[in-house]
Amino acid sequence: MSERVPVLQIGQVLLVSIQIDLDDQSVLALQDDLAAKVVESGAHGVVIDITALDIVDSFVGRMLATVASLSRLLDAQTVVVGMRPAVAITLVELGLSLGGVRTALTLEKGLQVLERAHVSSLGASGPAGAIPDTAAGR
Amino acid sequence: MNGSPDAPRPLDITASAGVVQARQLARALAQECRFSLVEQTKLITAASELARNTLIHGGGGTMTARLVEERGRRGVRLVFSDDGPGITDVELALTDGWTSGGGMGLGLSGSRRLVDDFVLDTTPGRGTAVTVTKWAR
Ligand SMILES: Nc1ncnc2c1ncn2[C@@H]1O[C@H](COP(=O)(O)OP(=O)(O)O)[C@@H](O)[C@H]1O
Ligand SMILES: [Mg+2]
Repeated sequence: MSERVPVLQIGQVLLVSIQIDLDDQSVLALQDDLAAKVVESGAHGVVIDITALDIVDSFVGRMLATVASLSRLLDAQTVVVGMRPAVAITLVELGLSLGGVRTALTLEKGLQVLERAHVSSLGASGPAGAIPDTAAGR
Repeated sequence: MNGSPDAPRPLDITASAGVVQARQLARALAQECRFSLVEQTKLITAASELARNTLIHGGGGTMTARLVEERGRRGVRLVFSDDGPGITDVELALTDGWTSGGGMGLGLSGSRRLVDDFVLDTTPGRGTAVTVTKWAR
């Protein structure tokens, strides 16, 4: 049976948390949903939370890589958060490097990555450019 | 027949739900065998890749899973079998990144690295059987 994974929008970020073992059709459906929602919402970031996944095989790995490059084309960044150490070890041995996929250890760090990417994409005229380096200390 | 340890019931892999079930069964046996988390993850990942091959390339088939014991070691053995087209060039099929179409080409070569024993038995026109074993450390 195919399951639909909910895509949540929080401000300018789309959040997906994969909570169950998805069959391949559901994985592809999620990929399509995300692409459509990025366009529809104009979100600048996508977070895919895989904390609950105890494995990532080449099919799910390819979905993550596809969403990452797809979102880039649609002017958004994707961050995958919560990959378990055992999953990372296994992915490398499987031969999947996921080179084009940004990762962060936690949801909070993932959101920070997106925020920084968004701010820097606004360029020197954006808010970050106005803050002198010396203001960034303790 | 029910419950006999020597005759595990084959799991049908004829739709993508079968691939999910193959992962679940591999997970249950790996836990029963007290695999470490990493060993468990490797076995389930290999099972997922090989079950998908059985479905996609083999046109459907079965996975037979059992606990094995040999010279004091315990492990899990999974046999994926189909009556599909078979593999003409085994060496090519086992090359990282090679796919006859549509895939990442890492299922066979990658799962061979993830397990301890890997036996590929295939006859063009007749079918394919892949037997993998992983031992508890
Ligand atoms: N059960 C099978 N029956 C027939 N051909 C197979 C089978 N398993 C694998 N193959 C062949 O071996 C190739 C490599 O398999 P794999 O490494 O899993 O890559 P992928 O599935 O991504 O193509 C497949 O593309 C297919 O041609
Ligand atoms: Mg494959």
